[in-house]
Amino acid sequence: MTFVNEESVFRALADGARRKLLDRLHANNGQTLGQLCAEMDCTRQGVTKHLNILEEANLVVTVWRGREKLHYLNPVPIHEMAERWISKFERQRLAAMHQLKQALEGDDR
Amino acid sequence: MSKPEFVYVTYIRTTLEKLWEALTKAEFTEQYWHGTLWKGEVKPGAEFDAVQRDGAANFRVRILECERPRKLVYTFKALSFKAAPDEAPSQVTYILEPDGEQVRMTLIHEKFPADSKVLPAIQGGWPGILASLKSLLETGKPLSMTSACGKRSHQAEPTAAARA
Repeated sequence: MTFVNEESVFRALADGARRKLLDRLHANNGQTLGQLCAEMDCTRQGVTKHLNILEEANLVVTVWRGREKLHYLNPVPIHEMAERWISKFERQRLAAMHQLKQALEGDDR
Repeated sequence: MSKPEFVYVTYIRTTLEKLWEALTKAEFTEQYWHGTLWKGEVKPGAEFDAVQRDGAANFRVRILECERPRKLVYTFKALSFKAAPDEAPSQVTYILEPDGEQVRMTLIHEKFPADSKVLPAIQGGWPGILASLKSLLETGKPLSMTSACGKRSHQAEPTAAARA
């Protein structure tokens, strides 16, 4: 069973070469291993290793088109993490404003 | 051979049937898809508009392939972009695969016409919709930013939640 956890996402993102790979896919989505290697400063083996870690974190997904394996940036896990914290802060801010409003309106009476 | 413009994958703790229902029934799509109601019968050849509750059409769906509950392929013709009223439809594929206690859902959006005006307008939308779908199925609640009708509702909804 594949279980994509947050640790694997953070671990995958905690490396400059892997972030660069995501940047390359963000600029041009759906690239082959060969295309990605041409733009990177490390070996084909190194790029493969980084892509495997990104795939395990579900940050990169692949599809076959004919005989080509294409790599895609998958931002869904990042979105899930961002929403988890951002929306919470948003709610707290709004709750605080609501309390402030109640307090100020209460003072008027 | 043309390549897909987007490929997204999400893992959701649910069953194939529940996910299929959530993807194809208006009562669910409305909750996580910016208020969009999937109101047509999902069978090969069927064509219908996905609309807002007020009747405004978002996009037209034509079902190309339907293998409940594992695969759905449909054409997606945007109807709400005034800049491109006559743009040819693109194509969306859902692939659902059981993976232990989860379902691995793959979404492929492809075959946009060259110089598509719809593509830049909708890119970036799917990750939020998928994250909200996952939240709905796993927690019973969609994410606030995708539950409103056609607009982001950070102002309205969290206030109600905060009051509760």
